[in-house]
Amino acid sequence: MNITGEDLILACSAIGAGLAVIAGIGPGIGQGIAAGHAAAAVGRNPGAKGDIMSTMLLGQAVAETTGLYGLLIAMLLLFVKPLI
Amino acid sequence: MRNAVLMEAGTENIDFMIHGLYSYEIFGQTVWITTSHVCILIVMLVLMIFAVAANRRMKRATEVPGGFQNILELIVEKLDSMVMGTMGKIAGPKFVNYISTIFIFILVSNISGLFGLRPPTADYGTTLALGLITFFLIHIAQFKNLPLKQIWKDMCSPLPPWLPLWLPINLISEIAVPISLSLRMFANVLSGTVMMALVYGLLSKVAIIWPAALHAYFDLFSGAIQTYVFCMLTMTYIGQNYEME
Repeated sequence: MNITGEDLILACSAIGAGLAVIAGIGPGIGQGIAAGHAAAAVGRNPGAKGDIMSTMLLGQAVAETTGLYGLLIAMLLLFVKPLI
Repeated sequence: MRNAVLMEAGTENIDFMIHGLYSYEIFGQTVWITTSHVCILIVMLVLMIFAVAANRRMKRATEVPGGFQNILELIVEKLDSMVMGTMGKIAGPKFVNYISTIFIFILVSNISGLFGLRPPTADYGTTLALGLITFFLIHIAQFKNLPLKQIWKDMCSPLPPWLPLWLPINLISEIAVPISLSLRMFANVLSGTVMMALVYGLLSKVAIIWPAALHAYFDLFSGAIQTYVFCMLTMTYIGQNYEME
């Protein structure tokens, strides 16, 4: 079986895509912390549930960005194949 | 061999890319009319028909609203209270029209995946345009409302104004605003589109009824959240340059 340079680059791109999605760990932890604190806040002050929910969702969506950058890199490596 | 990275079977069914439909030459560049343009046109048509219908209904508005008028008043009131609550009494009335417009446009674009379109916001061109509009609005508001001395002081902010060592870093953080705004929405909508394409392409034999739950999450929930976040961040960034009263 002959492995050409292009095949090698494709295989390495697949490994790189897998490594890039590890970026999802950070936002996962961050969103979990935000949700936990929001739950504690609702427990302390159930009247402010609406405000707490919207603030939490806004913060979580902003924190999600870094994970999405990793996903974007993985997509680029797999489908656009910039290295070939 | 090219697609060997993907799976062997069923790859020909997976389709979430943007397709060119028609190309023309302008100033020596080849420009393509793509599926994104067509989807944006469809979204615009839907919004225009809705606007015309709303206009006709409100011309003969009744004291006690019923049916369609109720829905229109609800939409306008919700958007008004959202903008006024975030931007305050001074900047709010100036920007309520623009924010409401992009809110409705982005929302309809994001959930158009439900109706079989490829969401226009899953094209980086659309979201970058929206991010650039926000960028220019921020800086126009800044130069209109703050004195130049204050802007220079903000740009050198942690250090005193006569020592602009921090200036390049602040400039980079200003330029990062439209990039992060547009990439956030683009990546969110694109990930939903790719997921749905994978489900329909690879599991086409068993994809009956249950993808509706995925649609509800990726198209409705995620799309609505991203719309809210985009408008909220736009309002906060612009509102920083006005004093809150």
